[in-house]
Amino acid sequence: MVEICVLYDKVRFEEKALYDKALKMGIKAQIIDAKAITISTDSKKKDFLLGDVILQRSVSHYRGLYLTACLEFLGFSVINKFKVGEICGNKLVTSLVLAKHKIKTPKTTFAFSAESAMEAIGKTGFPLVLKPIVGSWGRGVFPLRDEEVANMIVEMREENDSPLARIYYVQEMVKRPPRDLRCIVVGDRVVAAIYRYSAENEWRTNVARGGKAEPAPITAELEEIALKAAKAVGGGILGVDLMEDSEKGLVVHEVNNTVEFRGAASVSNADIAGAMVEYAISVAKR
Amino acid sequence: MKVECQECGAEIPVPEDAVAGEIVTCPDCGGDFEIASKTGDKVSLKPAETVGEDWGQ
Repeated sequence: MVEICVLYDKVRFEEKALYDKALKMGIKAQIIDAKAITISTDSKKKDFLLGDVILQRSVSHYRGLYLTACLEFLGFSVINKFKVGEICGNKLVTSLVLAKHKIKTPKTTFAFSAESAMEAIGKTGFPLVLKPIVGSWGRGVFPLRDEEVANMIVEMREENDSPLARIYYVQEMVKRPPRDLRCIVVGDRVVAAIYRYSAENEWRTNVARGGKAEPAPITAELEEIALKAAKAVGGGILGVDLMEDSEKGLVVHEVNNTVEFRGAASVSNADIAGAMVEYAISVAKR
Repeated sequence: MKVECQECGAEIPVPEDAVAGEIVTCPDCGGDFEIASKTGDKVSLKPAETVGEDWGQ
């Protein structure tokens, strides 16, 4: 019988839902603290009781990513794969992969110095969005509406200790309704789709920023583009975020590697956790 | 179920269905703690990690 392991560093709604669902389905499951694991170059798979398939659910991106690398080294099947996490955890790499696969995405310019960032900003035109290439929950995502503020933000980024802060991701501001779309892709199907409306006095739609979820119809167009985006980054269990561009139609701006689905689960009738557990079992049986 | 706050000594309510790894917050001082273990009525806490720059999706 297949055994599933949910790896966490902090148990949230999602980790509990996955673990509880597996048990309810009569599947052997365990929930393990990622913070307590150590692996060496001499380690062997048999020394770790982590079941047949691991759902990597660490909230810390780098912890999840590098622990996944170690687990894959030992020969474990991890959802998602290290390579998928590497792409999705970096907005620059994600944009490149989407563009390479001809998936519609907001026009984004990358710059590698303050001077070239200001040049890219000038060419893009205001309003635009400046995003950190690594980071989540909308942190550090700035809408820039004029040159004065743009200069100040770039200056701030130059003074930041992180070398990643000096890689500039300059994106056109998509003309969209005050919402975006989150599609939860599990394997080769879209399990749920929601609209996320931004909270009052907030333009970002992240549920972590108080964004409100509403069910969205899974149209053929939405399904096609979400599955294409998920496949482009390497597949697995993913949250594909899209915007409704008034000119280009649906554009994908992000693919999330450790998808949060609290918002989606609260408004969708779909059994999201159940679909994820079933997918994990199918991966274990491969 | 209740557990004493390691920071201020107030009582932190712990939901019956809480499991190890979940975060509880002290209603008095606002301190966040991770449930280190929970067996029967016994709950032990450890300070929760602070939110990292790379947290979230």
